[in-house]
Amino acid sequence: MTTVSATTIWILIIGLAIGSFALRFTFIGLVGDRPIPSWLLRHLRYTAVAIIPALIAPLVVWPAATDGQPDLPRMAAAAVALTVGLVTKKVLTAIFSGAAVLYALLYLIG
Amino acid sequence: MAITTSKSYFWTGFREGLPFVIVVGPFGMLFGVFATEAGLNIAQTIAFSATVFAGAAQFTALQLLQDNTPTVIILASALAVNLRVAMYSASLTPYLGAAPLWQRACAAYLIVDQSYACSIVRFEAEPELTTKQRMAYFVGCVSPVAPIWILMTYLGAVLGAQIPDSWALDFALPIAFLAMIGPMMRTLPHVIAALVAIVVALLTVQVPANLGLLIAGVAGMMAGAQAELALERHKR
Repeated sequence: MTTVSATTIWILIIGLAIGSFALRFTFIGLVGDRPIPSWLLRHLRYTAVAIIPALIAPLVVWPAATDGQPDLPRMAAAAVALTVGLVTKKVLTAIFSGAAVLYALLYLIG
Repeated sequence: MAITTSKSYFWTGFREGLPFVIVVGPFGMLFGVFATEAGLNIAQTIAFSATVFAGAAQFTALQLLQDNTPTVIILASALAVNLRVAMYSASLTPYLGAAPLWQRACAAYLIVDQSYACSIVRFEAEPELTTKQRMAYFVGCVSPVAPIWILMTYLGAVLGAQIPDSWALDFALPIAFLAMIGPMMRTLPHVIAALVAIVVALLTVQVPANLGLLIAGVAGMMAGAQAELALERHKR
């Protein structure tokens, strides 16, 4: 694992702290009672649901730990975590199901 | 119901926010473990959870930190994940916008998935509530969750420092993210937004500095918004 300098980490933390507060405060603090354009709300609604899958897709298809080679335990764990999340709508159930499959398969064939 | 004081609304909110502790606790602990794995010390990990106070954005920053992404891109990507809270802020504004500025500033810091989900349901169901009662309820909802989030992050950080590298934690973060995706697929436009974002992310993997993530995110957002418009037109 590459080591990251402490300065970089603190810049990140402070930057994210200020930025996150700004995002939360913009409307409730500054906009107040004024109406918000509906096109903006419509785009904001889909931010997390777009960014998180976009972040994850390359990591699943080309996992770093195996030098970018797709491998069975990781692909299976990914599929189980996603499926269980879709079916149960419970994040933690999905995490633990995926982790169980990952470790079971790593133990069996890894 | 005869509950009228804002104090009793605080406790109503507290009771209704309590079940979220079961989800937030382990999640905070996972963050603590991953943060120490990514090279953060305990003070940094706790400062992260306490000041940023947004799980998904924190996990995003950690993942990108491990991919040697430039700091500016990490900030932009993690904040993009957090644009969601701007939407919550906008949605709460009609209900809490009349409160004094210092109260709104405190409330802003406390806007998370759980406090929003709880409050918006109550505010829509009981339009006769005063701003004071609403504020009390909102703060009540988040009161069980916030200390647990920080405490469990700390426990996770302490624990993470003792976990050996052989535990394949490289893939634990992807699993955590994949697990978050399922519950987000509430409507067809959400599914379309996710699918478009995935395709664009895979196509833009070669773009330097992980900028492909932001391109894919914007493409997904636009796809979701357009799909929503198209569905509305179809219904009429």
